[in-house]
Amino acid sequence: MRRILLLALCAACGGPRGGAEEPEATREEEIPLPPLPWVTPTSPAADHVVESPSVMLRGATVMTASGDILENGSVLFEDGRIVAVGQGIPVPEGCEVVDASGRWITPGLIDTHSHVGVYPSPGAAAHADGNEATSPTTPQVDASDSFWPQDPAIPRLLAAGVTTIQVLPGSANLIGGRGFTVHLVPQRSAEEMHFPGAPDGMKMACGENPKRVYGERHSAPSTRMGNVAGYRAAFQGAAEYRIAWRTWQEQWRGWRRKRIAFERARDAGTADAGEQESRYGVAVDAGPTKAPAPEDPGPEPPPPGRDFGKDALVGVMEGTVLVQNHCYRADEMLRMIELGREFGFRIRSFHHAVEAYKIRDVLAREEVAVSTWSDWWGFKLEAYDSVLENLALLAEAGARGVLHSDSPMYVQRFNQEAAKAMFDGRAAGIDIPENTALRWITANPAWVLGIHERTGTLEPGKVADVVVWSGSPWSVYTRVDQTWIDGRLAYDRAHPERTPRTDFEVGLGVDP
Amino acid sequence: MPVARTLPVARCLLPVSCFLFLLVLPGTSFAEVIALVNGTVHTIEGPRLERATVVIDGERIVSVGTGAPPAGARVIDVAGKVVTPGFVETQGSLGLVEISLEDSSVDARPSGGEAADAIRAAFLAADGLNPRSTLIPIGRRGGVTSAVSAPDGGLVAGRSAWIDLDGDTPDRLVARSPLALHVDLGDGGIAAGGGARSTAFGRLREAFDDARLYAKNKGAYDRRAFRETPLSRLDLEALGDALAGRIPVVIRTARASDVLRVLDLARELRLRLILAGAEEGWMVADRIAAAQVPVIVHPLENLPGSFSSLGTRYDNAARLAAAGVRVVLSTGADDGHGVRNLRQEAGNAVTHGMPLELALRSVTLEPARTFGMDRDYGSLAAGKVANVVVWSGDPFEISTRVERVFVRGRETSLVTRQTQLRDRYRRLPAPPAP
Repeated sequence: MRRILLLALCAACGGPRGGAEEPEATREEEIPLPPLPWVTPTSPAADHVVESPSVMLRGATVMTASGDILENGSVLFEDGRIVAVGQGIPVPEGCEVVDASGRWITPGLIDTHSHVGVYPSPGAAAHADGNEATSPTTPQVDASDSFWPQDPAIPRLLAAGVTTIQVLPGSANLIGGRGFTVHLVPQRSAEEMHFPGAPDGMKMACGENPKRVYGERHSAPSTRMGNVAGYRAAFQGAAEYRIAWRTWQEQWRGWRRKRIAFERARDAGTADAGEQESRYGVAVDAGPTKAPAPEDPGPEPPPPGRDFGKDALVGVMEGTVLVQNHCYRADEMLRMIELGREFGFRIRSFHHAVEAYKIRDVLAREEVAVSTWSDWWGFKLEAYDSVLENLALLAEAGARGVLHSDSPMYVQRFNQEAAKAMFDGRAAGIDIPENTALRWITANPAWVLGIHERTGTLEPGKVADVVVWSGSPWSVYTRVDQTWIDGRLAYDRAHPERTPRTDFEVGLGVDP
Repeated sequence: MPVARTLPVARCLLPVSCFLFLLVLPGTSFAEVIALVNGTVHTIEGPRLERATVVIDGERIVSVGTGAPPAGARVIDVAGKVVTPGFVETQGSLGLVEISLEDSSVDARPSGGEAADAIRAAFLAADGLNPRSTLIPIGRRGGVTSAVSAPDGGLVAGRSAWIDLDGDTPDRLVARSPLALHVDLGDGGIAAGGGARSTAFGRLREAFDDARLYAKNKGAYDRRAFRETPLSRLDLEALGDALAGRIPVVIRTARASDVLRVLDLARELRLRLILAGAEEGWMVADRIAAAQVPVIVHPLENLPGSFSSLGTRYDNAARLAAAGVRVVLSTGADDGHGVRNLRQEAGNAVTHGMPLELALRSVTLEPARTFGMDRDYGSLAAGKVANVVVWSGDPFEISTRVERVFVRGRETSLVTRQTQLRDRYRRLPAPPAP
C-alpha cells in the first residue's frame, strides 16, 4: 500500500526529470520517462527530526568503534544526534549531565540477522510468520508485513544494549523476501519502527534448508543444483521484467512525442495547450509546436504488469536492495558470488557462513561482509566445519566480519559473544584489538544494513544510540546500565519500572 | 550398575616394562604420579587453597593440600593459575549425536518422530555412545570433563549414562550406565503423551503402574497371563528400576503448576526426582526446597518461549538457590555441541544474582551429588577420580583460557577437529587433502 501511494505521488510531481516545470518541451530529451516501479524506498526518509534533551554522559571509558578508546571520556548529544565525543568537553547550558564514571560506553549494538517480531515469543503456531514456505521464490513478501511490535523480546533487547536489528524472513526459501531494519523504539507499528533511510534487504538462502523443505514435498528444489537453477530462473525473470519496463518507457516516450506533435498540430494557433495528465501518471507540458501536422499515434501504450517480487529483485540488481544471503559452505558462497556476477548484483553479506575463513581472501577482495556466530556449529552438516577463529581470521585478512544472532537469546549477550571471538582469536595468535571486536557488533553490521553513515560509531552527527555498561563489555559479569536511542533513555537498570513493557506481558501473573 | 570403573593402577617402575605395557595396550596411557603445584585450588568441599598442591596417582586424586609434592612425581607448576574439578554438564546428548539434522549420526532418539512410541524407558544411551565423536574433545576444551548423556524425545526418553570426556572405547567413556531415567513433561512430552497434561500424566502413571505389577508378577508375564500393556518387557524393567529407587528420574517441566504436580507424582510413586528446566521454578521455590528435590537450570533463558514458560527469568537459578533449592547449572538440553559454554552459563548465573562459590559448586559437586556420583566426582579430594582443570584465571570469565585438562588422571589433548581445521587454513590457500 505504502509503495503504491508513493509511486502515485512521485508520478503526480512530474516524473523523475521534472519536465512539467520546463517552459519548452519541444526537444526529445525533455519529455520525461515515466517512473519505474522499483525505485521507491520503503523506509521513512533519513532526514526525520527527533527532539531530545541535551545530555552529557561523563567520565566513562568511551569506546567509539571508530578507533578511539577514551579514558575519562564524555558523549554529548541533543535532538537525537551525537554532538561531541571526547575528553573535557564543556557542558552546554541546560545540559543534563549523567555521571558515568567507572562505566564503559559504546555505540548501540546492531544485529544483522533477527527474526524478532516475525518469529516472536511465545513460539506459538499462530506466531510463525517468518517463512512464506509455499513457494521457493517469494521476493514479493516483506518481513515488515509480519512484524509484531508486541514481541516480548523487544524490551529485553533494549536491556541488552541492542538498538537496531534487521528483521529478516526465514531461510526456507531460495529467495525469502524483503527484510527491514528496525530501530528498537517501541511503537505500535512496524512502519513507525522502520529505521529512517535504511535500504531494504533481500533474504536469500543456500544449501540445506530450501532443498530440504521443498525436497520433502517432492518439489523443486531438492538439490543444491536445483537451488541454483531456482535463483537463476528468478533473476532471469527479473532481468526480463526490467527490460520490459525500460522498453515500455521508451515506447511511451515515443508515443508521447508523437501525441504532443499531433495535439499541437490539431490545436495550431493555440499558445498553450495546457497540462495534461497521462493515464499512467506522468504530467507533461504540451507547449507550443513547430512540427508539421503528424498523425494521431493512437492509444497510449500500456505498461507491463506490475510484479512486486520482480520489483524487489530488480532493486537487488540495481543495488538499492541489499542481498542478505544465508550460506554456510565456502564452495556455495563462491558459487553465489559468481551468480551475482552473472546477473549483475552484489551480495552485501553472507549470513551464518561458518566456512567463511576458508575463502577470507576472496571475501576481502570482493568486499562481501560475513555475519556469523562466535561458536554455533554442528546442528547440520553444512555447519560442521566451524572454527572459533572465524571472525578473527576474517579480520586478519581484511574482510568485514559481523557478529549476528539469528536468536532473541544470543543477541542479548552480544558483548560476551564478541568477547569470546576476540579472546579465541588472540589465543590462536591473531591480533584482535578491542576496537575490532566492538566493530563486529556496531560499525560493521551498520555497513551491512547500509546505515553506516548514520549509526554504528560514536561520532558527531550520528544517531545518538548509546549504551552505558557497568564495566568492560568483555566481562561475563558486566551488565547494561542504560540504553539511549535517538538521544532518549530507552532502558535504565536503576529504574526497572520504567522499562517498556509489551501488551502481551500485561496481566499474565508471572511477575515476582 | 558398576560404579566408576577403576583400571588397575599400572605403575611403571622400569622403563622397559613401560615400553612393553605400551606395546601391549596401545592407546592406554600408563599411570603416573602428577603434582600440580602452586595453584589456587577450589576444592569445592573444603576451603579455597592458595599455592596448593594436588597430587594425582593413576586415575585418582591422592592428596590436596599445601605440602610438598611426592618424590618422583611429574611436577607441573601452575602458579597464578586456578585449579578446579572438571565441570559436569547434566543435560543433552553428548556423544549420541554428531550432526543434529543427519539421522544416521543421531542416536539420542528413535527415528520416526511422532510415530515412535512415546514411552521408551528401555532406550539405553550407552548403546549408542560414540567415543570418537568430535564433540567430546570440543566440550573438554571448555573445561567439561564429565557429562550426563541422555536420550530425548517422547514422554519417557530412556536412560542416560555418566560419561567422562576421554577415551577411545565405550567402556573408557562410560562411568555408569544406566544412570537415570529421563521423562519429559514439558511441551514436547505432553504432545507425545496425547497432547494434554492429563493424558501425559495419565500415561505415565499407567506405565509405572504396569511396571509395579510386572515386578511382582514376572511369572504371569512370561506365561502371557499379564494384563494388556503397550510396554515392552525391557520398558517395564527400566521403569521398575526407577520405582525401586535404583536410578533417579529426571523430569523436565516448565510451568510452576506442572512443577507442583510433578512433585506430587514423584512423592506418590516414591521416585528419586530430579527436576530439569523448571523455568517457572522460582515461583514455587519454597515447595521445591521443602521436597528436597534438586533442579537443573539453564541460566541463559529469559523469554516466554511458550505458554508453559511465561515466567522465564534470568535469575531463576539465583532465586531457587536463595530459597534453599539445590541447583545444578547446565547449557540446556541440546545435542551437546554447546557444552563448552557451561562456564559462560555459570558466569551469567552469577551476573544475575547467584553467589560465585555456589555457581562453581553447581557445575561440579552438585551435579555429581544429584546423580549419585559424588563418591567419585565433583570435588578435589583424596580418593576422587582425577578430573581436574587448570584455568588461566576465573573459570567463568570470558578472557580465561583452559590450559590443562586431566580426565581420570590422564592429561588430555586440547586438539580438536576445529583447531585442526583452523591450523589447516592458517595460511591460504589450504594444502590439498593428503
